[in-house]
Amino acid sequence: MKRGFTILAVLTAILLSFAFYAALLIAPTEQTMGNVQRIFYYHVPSAWVAFELFLINFVASVIYLIRRSAKADMIALVCAEVGVVFCTVVLITGPIWARPVWGIWWTWDLRLTLTLVLWLIYVSYLVLRRFSMSSQTPLLAAVLAVFGALDVPMVYFSIWFFRTQHPSPVIGGGGSLDPRMGRVLLYNWIAFMALAWLICWTRYRLEVAERAVHEAEAMQSLKEEEAR
Amino acid sequence: MNATHYLYAAYAMTWAIHGTYLYILARKAKRLRREIEKLK
Repeated sequence: MKRGFTILAVLTAILLSFAFYAALLIAPTEQTMGNVQRIFYYHVPSAWVAFELFLINFVASVIYLIRRSAKADMIALVCAEVGVVFCTVVLITGPIWARPVWGIWWTWDLRLTLTLVLWLIYVSYLVLRRFSMSSQTPLLAAVLAVFGALDVPMVYFSIWFFRTQHPSPVIGGGGSLDPRMGRVLLYNWIAFMALAWLICWTRYRLEVAERAVHEAEAMQSLKEEEAR
Repeated sequence: MNATHYLYAAYAMTWAIHGTYLYILARKAKRLRREIEKLK
């Protein structure tokens, strides 16, 4: 287990270094936007990874609602947390790109607003998990996750069905992406997926350990109570 | 501000966010190790 983790960590570091190099030096410079377009190699893969994690959170939440599986509950929690981190990257890098290109940091455009709503839904999910002490918390969180996941396709398809200020979809949107740019985007996507996998693995192990510690503490206090 | 600075800012912010989250996880792991030691 530890060896597998080390291999994944080394592989992720290599992938991220190469993807960083490719984003800065292999990808051609875009003619209109110049170097600022390279933000796209971090912004888009981060969004895709966040969507994937929220999708896993949705599947795990449905499994939890059907089977009441503690493992599914932990996977849902971990994916929501790491998904929020990646979604935060999207919400920060987007305005940094928009400022020199659009001349504004933010606009209440449909895609941007729905992404902010998505982030708020999963932050609410994490707040619920963190502060609610009820035994019903995992159930309530799973229901919230199922409804929250509805926002993911809305964010994704908002630029397909509505005229928005956000650039058109990279894949299947009718735009023409230079093949070299496409390859660099793919490298960064793979690298960020490896990073997400590594973080999720670490966070899952922590969650398992934390629950075991809480259980042991509860048992210990029960024994102490009985001894009195 | 030069447009390239926005690129550096975006990349730096990305790693700052991931770094902060990893730091939070490391602190959590440290706290858990302390609790496990206490239980032993």
